[in-house]
Amino acid sequence: MDKTVANADLAVRRIHDGASIMMGGFGICGIPENLIAAVHRAGTKNLTVISNNAGTADFGIGFLLQAKQVHKMVASYVGENKLFEQLVLSGEIELELNPQGTLAERIRAGGAGIPAFYTPTGYGTMIAEGKETREFGGRMYVLEKALRADFAFVKAWKGDRWGNLMYRKTARNYNPVMATAADYVIAEVEELVELGGIPSDQVHTPGVYVNAIFQGAHYERRIEKRTVRRRVRV
Amino acid sequence: MRASEVDKRELVARRVAQELRDGYTVNLGIGMPTLVANYIPAGTEVIFQSENGMLGMGPFPLEGEEDADLVNAGKETVSEIPGSSYFSSSDSFAMIRGGHVDLTVLGGLQADEKGNLANWAIPGRMLKGMGGAMDLVSGAKRVIIAMEHTSKDGKPKIMRKCTLPLTGVGVVDLVVTELAVIEVTPQGLVLREIAEDVTPEAVQKVTEARLRVAPDLKKIAL
Repeated sequence: MDKTVANADLAVRRIHDGASIMMGGFGICGIPENLIAAVHRAGTKNLTVISNNAGTADFGIGFLLQAKQVHKMVASYVGENKLFEQLVLSGEIELELNPQGTLAERIRAGGAGIPAFYTPTGYGTMIAEGKETREFGGRMYVLEKALRADFAFVKAWKGDRWGNLMYRKTARNYNPVMATAADYVIAEVEELVELGGIPSDQVHTPGVYVNAIFQGAHYERRIEKRTVRRRVRV
Repeated sequence: MRASEVDKRELVARRVAQELRDGYTVNLGIGMPTLVANYIPAGTEVIFQSENGMLGMGPFPLEGEEDADLVNAGKETVSEIPGSSYFSSSDSFAMIRGGHVDLTVLGGLQADEKGNLANWAIPGRMLKGMGGAMDLVSGAKRVIIAMEHTSKDGKPKIMRKCTLPLTGVGVVDLVVTELAVIEVTPQGLVLREIAEDVTPEAVQKVTEARLRVAPDLKKIAL
């Protein structure tokens, strides 16, 4: 079994206009940057993108927004992107906001065969409007539905030809859960290793979830907000 | 930012830090709450949770040691410490929703006498999203709101009833401002502490909700 593909452009070939795509990442940390760039090059339109954030104006999902390839965005926070704000205000893009934990759990449920679940999050707020609510043990909960997509773009640190993946630090974020919740899952990795190259105990995403994998041509390692402590000379 | 604003923020952060207890797992919101980490009482070991998937979050990295793969929930570069762990967003919010986080400190636009909180949306402006705030207030064992007592144009933020879109219903335990420490109780808001140079009457004047003055009212001691 070999799930490797040569590059990002080949990996995104089957993505059609109107597709829904989950994209891992938090801000621009751990985003599938090679796959996003490939979709940008392919010019696929009318996409629904499910991702915690909308990238920055000039990086990540921002590329797709600039090129007006996105019709709808499902996210939890879109504050760092002026371009996105303009597109929403002008009605060119539809925005569905989910509480961050509800978004993560909707995706988890989607990948785990659970059609819906009750959560206390958002009860009594505008997020719960029009949704079923129910009391359990004296507390009120909101019924939220599972979320799946046609495709998921996942970024990992290391991966092998079976699709086993290992993430690095907080670049893990939504990647593992999104890997479980799409019909076709494409993983891009910084390093493609031999089978066994990731110790079995340290495989974060078992290969069963992944359909295609490739080593990204380039990683910019861009930082959204650089915050540091000054070195004190002794 | 004016010097007086910096002072206010520092004052609030220092007072909130007194609520930390040894062994707590704590999630600090973006902005003023983040400053609380600078004032951990001596002898108190707390573990900071960052909802993007980290426990045991360390300080900002030393210059030259920034790592694009290591950021906090505000997307700022941070560092790891011995004992740190990483996990996915779904695990992170299972942890939060499941009541495993002892305390969250968040900013607020408004809080009211029922413990309702509004901190994510202003009508007429584009909704940017609630991020993890709704999950944090419904899941953390204790919720402290750290904010300035009034809005920039001097309007009360501590209300009889929030007028802005809610983040959570009946979720706030304690409100800390530069003027007062106010506890949310089933009987309403109780004024527990006031700043050195103010009176309870002065605090009430800039508070829409009615405050009951605690019999053992104290001055905020830093």
